[in-house]
Amino acid sequence: MMKSKRTDSKPIDISVQREGGRVILIPVGDWVTDNLAKMDQHLREMEAQIGGDQAVFDVRDLGRIDLAGAFVLGRTVRSCTRPHMSFAYIGEHRVAQKLMAEADANSEVCPALPEPRNLWHLILVRSGRAVMRALNEGVETTAFLGQLLITFWRVLTHPRRIRWNAIINVAEEAGVNALPIITLLAFFIGAVVAFLGANLLERFGAALFTVDLVALAVLREFGVMMMALILAGRSNSAFTAHIGAMKMRQEIDAMQVLGMDTFEVLVLPRVVACIIMAPILAFAATMAGLVGGGLVTWAVLDVSPSLFVTRMQENVPLIHFWVGIAKAPVFALAISLIGCRQGLLVEGNVQSLGERTTASVVQALFTVIFIDAVFAMIYLELDW
Amino acid sequence: MSDGQRETVIEVRDLTNAFGTHVVHQNLNLDVYRGEVLGLVGGSGTGKSVLMNTILGLRRPQGGSIQVLGHDTQRASTRRGLESRWGVLFQNGALFSSLTVKENVLLPLREHTRLPEKLMSELADMKINLAGLEAEAGAKKPSELSGGMLKRAALARALALDPELLFFDEPTSGLDPISAAAFDDLIADLQSTLDLTVFMVTHDLDSLYAICDRIAVLADKKVEIVAPMEEVLKSEHPWIRSYFHGKRSRDAAIG
Repeated sequence: MMKSKRTDSKPIDISVQREGGRVILIPVGDWVTDNLAKMDQHLREMEAQIGGDQAVFDVRDLGRIDLAGAFVLGRTVRSCTRPHMSFAYIGEHRVAQKLMAEADANSEVCPALPEPRNLWHLILVRSGRAVMRALNEGVETTAFLGQLLITFWRVLTHPRRIRWNAIINVAEEAGVNALPIITLLAFFIGAVVAFLGANLLERFGAALFTVDLVALAVLREFGVMMMALILAGRSNSAFTAHIGAMKMRQEIDAMQVLGMDTFEVLVLPRVVACIIMAPILAFAATMAGLVGGGLVTWAVLDVSPSLFVTRMQENVPLIHFWVGIAKAPVFALAISLIGCRQGLLVEGNVQSLGERTTASVVQALFTVIFIDAVFAMIYLELDW
Repeated sequence: MSDGQRETVIEVRDLTNAFGTHVVHQNLNLDVYRGEVLGLVGGSGTGKSVLMNTILGLRRPQGGSIQVLGHDTQRASTRRGLESRWGVLFQNGALFSSLTVKENVLLPLREHTRLPEKLMSELADMKINLAGLEAEAGAKKPSELSGGMLKRAALARALALDPELLFFDEPTSGLDPISAAAFDDLIADLQSTLDLTVFMVTHDLDSLYAICDRIAVLADKKVEIVAPMEEVLKSEHPWIRSYFHGKRSRDAAIG
């Protein structure tokens, strides 16, 4: 039996003899995959030479051969006398005839992949598709909101169907457990705003206005914004992953077969828990931001905490607090809605779980900032 | 061919595998000869896949040695070069999900050879055909394929480099009986055409009868018996008796 040490394979060559209207092809050496690189071009050129003549393979001096080798050998003849033909041989080889027949039988060519169109065309097509997809997602998400409201109404009219356990679980997982990170980040943001303000306002001799700046920024924007960003990055992706994993394991199908409403069981508790927890988290974030800003003004500008609080009470009306906190439930609704919707869109494979989780976070962040801009315009008109 | 002259392709000696205190294999020995189809069977938890993974060098055993085609698979340095001589078909195909079927088949060619791009493409097309797939399947992503097509695509990738040794992990699991039989035929066909040595983990009694030259039975932490079907059927070992003569065996079907 043939030993197959691939390291000591003999170099390959092929010679052609013409004899009374026949072309005799004489391959020598080991026709295995590794050896074919140099031969490929030469063989393609030979195809033309052979033309329509009948070709015969002389396999007496052929060494080892594998399927790839048999394929390229057969190709020299195949292209001129297609379709498949039976090859003629001189001499016997252990496997060559069998392999060449096998390679020939399977030499149908896969249809080529579509050629890429020109760049501008591609850019236009892609951006067009992206816009259509974004619009479509917006419409679908709104439809999802509608479905949620209907479910909400149904549950309100049958209060026994409210799933308090699920709501409290989500409130703990998405709300209470997020409290440390949200307060910590809000604290830092407050401190950063104070630093910025202190540096800039001191130059105008208006250092004390740093207090106003910190209070306004944190109360109106940064407190609730930090809450929303963490909720979007943390809880929203968790919702998608959890519901998506249930979808992959057919748990959602099982629920439907058992006559349970997935909206009622999975979506509503998450949305309700988020709406309840968001103002609390936003409040905590706002307080932490004020503490961070207060500590920095104290350290940099020597504004004592009592002066900070007094100045805030005098110069910053309470309405700013409500302006900020009022956004929290709206953010929470959007974030939890998107998380649940993307989770339910997961298909049977892991790849789609990954895609949906990414989409979920991106959409949630986009929506949060979009809603914030809408709020800013509304408040501007209201002169708050 | 007598056993004395046959070249040993896989040689497992005194193999010991354990997960913590749970010993899966103890002093396990197994030889696989060139040109044969060896079927590995065993109950759940007897470590069939563990054995295959250990032979492939994916898992480091607690003791013993393994030689595949004369290479020690436990060390990356000695395993090099072996990757182009064996092909592995994992249970669920393990096709790269971000690549099309054809790109999956091209990947080993690109990694291990320096062939011109056009020739690689032609060879990939041939392997896809050889595995029994329609030419159109080449452009599809693995997620668009059915279970049977997935196995065939994975087979095409395993065959990409014309290996001399093929590993199958439950090749017919998840296929309907007709597709399973077709896949068995395909394996047998390729094995005889390409002179392959095949190491196959399977639960499928039909595959064992149809294509395996010898059957190795894992039981009691070692290979209880390695022999052709007729001899295995005569074994008195209780697990082997209930497996081959039980309610779902051929005896039962024939009555």
